[in-house]
Amino acid sequence: MKQFEPLSRKDQQPVRYLIVDDSVFARKSLAKMVESFGGQVAGEAGDGCTAITEYARTKPDIVLMDITMPQMEGIEAVERIVQEHPEARVVMVSSVGYQDNILAALQKGARHFVQKPVKPDALYEIIRYVLNDDAVPVGATEAK
Amino acid sequence: MKMDLIQPFIGSLDAVLAEMMHEPASIADLAMEEDGYRRKGLAAEVTFKGQIEGRIILDMEPRAAAKVASYLAGADVDPSEPMVSEAVSELANMVIGNAVTQLNDRGFQFKVFPPALLTQEQCAKAGSDSEATVLCFATACGNVYLNIAMKYHARRSRERSPMAVA
Repeated sequence: MKQFEPLSRKDQQPVRYLIVDDSVFARKSLAKMVESFGGQVAGEAGDGCTAITEYARTKPDIVLMDITMPQMEGIEAVERIVQEHPEARVVMVSSVGYQDNILAALQKGARHFVQKPVKPDALYEIIRYVLNDDAVPVGATEAK
Repeated sequence: MKMDLIQPFIGSLDAVLAEMMHEPASIADLAMEEDGYRRKGLAAEVTFKGQIEGRIILDMEPRAAAKVASYLAGADVDPSEPMVSEAVSELANMVIGNAVTQLNDRGFQFKVFPPALLTQEQCAKAGSDSEATVLCFATACGNVYLNIAMKYHARRSRERSPMAVA
């Protein structure tokens, strides 16, 4: 997999991710991508309910959240996470990318949307955008 | 079944297979099936409800499924490994999700349910008045089948449309 310029937090620690998807494969694939960005997987969840408890437990910098999942869907999980943690940065990652779905997710507090199959370059740019000034390329922190 | 409802699924499968297998896939056969579907390899089913109702089965010969699993896992996966079934389920999710996105953007409203792996050899008929379209895609690693059985509810669509004011 292509290696990207690693992103780190301002405190020079790796960006921590919570990956939420009912597919083990999708979680593995996303984990590999975020590791190629210099990130660290703080936790994983296979449904919305587990995502809520895992968010509280791990306090990640970014959540990558699927939409169609058993028990509780991603959009409801985003709403509940953002209600309790308004600072949460959630990026929706789903194969179902129609306008109503994207709009609903953004209205509930998601910061961005990526359609599956996920292209690493697109995800990297979105993560940089969502983290904004809270993450910098590792080279930039070393130069300071 | 309306061809314009099927076309997004063909385009989506073609695009996703091309990305994952790095090889073109071509339609080798198209058939209509009135009876229950007989599984040919590793299969996952996705159902949906709303203005369009029905189900789609993605069925892959083991070698083709292993190729997709290897792409998703980033390492070689043997066709006999249990994780190959999981890869078929994720592929079904991507193919059907992408197609559903196109249909939804054209104004069709419906809800998609998570994929379920099919373990039985023979699957039940989609519905008493449903006929399934079975597409066979040939790839270098084996065949991939898409079994599409869905109905368009024109009545529900009209009920949801705003009434014209004279």
